[in-house]
Amino acid sequence: MIRFALPLVVFVLMVGLLGYGLRLDPKKVPSPLIDKPAPEFTLSMLETPSRQLSTKDMSGQVWVLNVWASWCVSCRAEHEVITELANRKLVTVVGLNYKDEPADATRWLEQFGNPYATSVIDRDGRVGIDWGVYGVPETFVIGADGMIKYKHIGPVTHESLEQTILPMLKELKS
Amino acid sequence: MKRLVLLVVFSLWIAPLQAAIEAYQFDSPEMEADYNQLIDELRCLVCQNQNLSGSDADLARDLRRETYQMLQQGKSQQEVVDFMVARYGDFVLYRPQFKTSTYLLWLGPFLLLVLVLYLVVRRLRAADKPVEVDAGAMAEAKQLLEDNESRK
Repeated sequence: MIRFALPLVVFVLMVGLLGYGLRLDPKKVPSPLIDKPAPEFTLSMLETPSRQLSTKDMSGQVWVLNVWASWCVSCRAEHEVITELANRKLVTVVGLNYKDEPADATRWLEQFGNPYATSVIDRDGRVGIDWGVYGVPETFVIGADGMIKYKHIGPVTHESLEQTILPMLKELKS
Repeated sequence: MKRLVLLVVFSLWIAPLQAAIEAYQFDSPEMEADYNQLIDELRCLVCQNQNLSGSDADLARDLRRETYQMLQQGKSQQEVVDFMVARYGDFVLYRPQFKTSTYLLWLGPFLLLVLVLYLVVRRLRAADKPVEVDAGAMAEAKQLLEDNESRK
């Protein structure tokens, strides 16, 4: 009996493992930065390049960093969701304008609307590397303790906003 | 004419290939070797099955620049690897580190080998062993054979 049962058990286990593997999205690499301090930056603001925003300015509050660029097609798709998030006035939403021409970025915001409290310019992508950005758009939730709580890779959808991000923000704020 | 067309077609091909290679100046041949080894062993996260040296993605170019700059600043290979892992996780490594979560990955093949060797040896030993047959059963069999012979 065991002659037949053993290969069958092995087969079922293999199918289970492979099936699980197939369901994973290889494009979603878990960030090692979760529950680590948010990497510091001090960058010029897109709207007024003479002024700078630093991560230190954000300490003590829950905030969201959304990495975007005018050349990024899926950023356009998530734009209305980010706008919705900003309109809730739950937290400050900061944009990180990643490897973009400031003129193009400004035009993009004029065309589609500007949901960000401010956008900072990461012209050469150096800050993006510190934050482990590898595909725009990416969205980070940073807690009042300055730790990265969550990272969303790819465009934020209405579902992920309602089901994951908003509940998390409410919990962090309480 | 045909040659000329081919020449044009192939030079179009070459242009983007060359674009992926930056002309970095190194202080020493050792540093250059370190650099080449690093960009061979680090993964580009945009096109996930390519290493940094093989990828023409924007991020790969930035990470090559970062690697070069760190080496120029006198950082060691390990420091560059740690820098990348801190930002992108273990996935960035084509040669995973040997640690608790990767023991099975590194040792698994050897464990399988040992298991298979054990099974093979056991089977061979079993085949070598002379078959022991109960004396009574043997006599009975002999009797049956003889009966069969005498009946012919």
